[in-house]
Amino acid sequence: MSETMVRPDFVQTPRGVQDFGIVEQELTVFERLYNQVWLRKTVLIVVLILAWELYARHLDNPLLVPTFTDTISAWWDGMVSGVLPDRVSTSLQVLAIGFSTGVVLAFVLTVLAITTRIGTDFLETMTAMFNPLPAIALLPLALIWFGLGIGSLVFVLVHSVMWAVALNTHAGFRGVSQTLRMVGRNYGLSGLRLVLWILIPAAFPSILAGLKIGWAFAWRTLIAAELVFGVASGKGGLGWYIFESKNELDIPEVFAGLLTIIMIGLLVENVVFRSIELHTVRRWGMQN
Amino acid sequence: MLDKTNAAPPLLDVRGVTLQYKTRDHLVTATYRVDFCVQRSDRFILLGPSGCGKSTLLKAVGGYMAPVEGEIRLKGQRITRPGPDRMMVFQEFDQLLPWKTVRQNVVFALQTSGKLRGRAADEKAMQYIEKVHLTRFADAYPHTLSGGMKQRVAIARGMAMEPDILLMDEPFAALDALTRQRMQDELLMLWEETRFTVLFVTHSIPEAVKVGNRILLLSPHPGQVKAELNSVRPGGDAAALEARIHAMLFADRVEENAHV
Repeated sequence: MSETMVRPDFVQTPRGVQDFGIVEQELTVFERLYNQVWLRKTVLIVVLILAWELYARHLDNPLLVPTFTDTISAWWDGMVSGVLPDRVSTSLQVLAIGFSTGVVLAFVLTVLAITTRIGTDFLETMTAMFNPLPAIALLPLALIWFGLGIGSLVFVLVHSVMWAVALNTHAGFRGVSQTLRMVGRNYGLSGLRLVLWILIPAAFPSILAGLKIGWAFAWRTLIAAELVFGVASGKGGLGWYIFESKNELDIPEVFAGLLTIIMIGLLVENVVFRSIELHTVRRWGMQN
Repeated sequence: MLDKTNAAPPLLDVRGVTLQYKTRDHLVTATYRVDFCVQRSDRFILLGPSGCGKSTLLKAVGGYMAPVEGEIRLKGQRITRPGPDRMMVFQEFDQLLPWKTVRQNVVFALQTSGKLRGRAADEKAMQYIEKVHLTRFADAYPHTLSGGMKQRVAIARGMAMEPDILLMDEPFAALDALTRQRMQDELLMLWEETRFTVLFVTHSIPEAVKVGNRILLLSPHPGQVKAELNSVRPGGDAAALEARIHAMLFADRVEENAHV
């Protein structure tokens, strides 16, 4: 009934190489170039720039859309005259103060959260309340509390950085395996020393993700806040540069300001954070 | 002979230890009034089926949890918290710090516990890394190592600390059968060299008989001492002892079935 068919054994010799059309052949130059990510992206950007240039020339209205060449020359003039670098450094200084304050506060909050139960409740309640609140919405209040100055900017920056970083760091700490904690305690570590030597490095992928999000939030918030109220203590930042140029109807300069924001964003993401990643979490095999 | 061993004060003295832990809904008694003594240079095995509280018992010796009844003394001192005089080797491969190389992992243990610093720590670390045949991988990060190599680093780290007692929680359970056998042989060779004291948890009868010189047999739910046996000497009849232990554990299951 279920008897299988009897099949004869067979043995055969493999064919020689000369019988195959291709054993191994190099890809064509085009195929190899097309496999390069950076090249594909560069080509995309060049195409976009070309489209921009052609459209702007076709439109021929520099008040609406200046050409790419106009934008670049405005950017170059700004750089050479020292106006743009000045504005950038003002923005970055405020950003550095706000970002680092936010990170320190987030760290304090998270350490409290993992050491005490009431700290956890506090962090969870606060982040649930304030994380969805756009930092810009606090600006009018900040202006009343801290006046027209760096204080207000730093306040909204801290707000935009702190919750994102705290949330990610806390999630990272909770994700550290019980085994690693026990290893740390086995060495006699406890309290803040355990946090510093075991929890922070072990949770570093999450912490880094939090810092990235915090940086992006802070950068956006800063430019927006500068656009709204501009000059802090007589020195304006990039947002103020854009606002001012718009008022003077110098649209190529507006575009140059936007371009600078994009470039700084790309630089921080692809150079600063990427090299931190390469030297830490990737090298440690904690992230692929 | 018996009098002589009783006269020596035990290195580790576990007296009437009852351990309980809380899950979300239950208070679970893991072990009930367990007694045993570990002498210096013992390879003392805690053996039992899953749920006999052997790992919990090891954690209590490690100082990670306090007994609700009874006490645990190491060299006469009551154990209250984790410390580098009782180094743990875990089953999990993630027990090495992934952000440190093999050498840094061992050095870090020596330094943070305040045992050694600087050059001395480095030399001690390399000495034990050599003992587990990983000199070539001293500067490799843990994620590049195989499971067996990671466990060897963990053992080197534990031994480099030269603790009073080495606590091993099923260290070879997650390895493949061939690697496990080799690791057992290597552990015995290391013991021949340095005669350290080890408290070793396992649920494998052959492993217990091979690795241990004294075996504590625990019954499940909650763990109670069922027997304390001497393991076979080299060349002895391991199979007979394995069969005897197996019968003891198996008897339990028959009883359980009979009650149902």
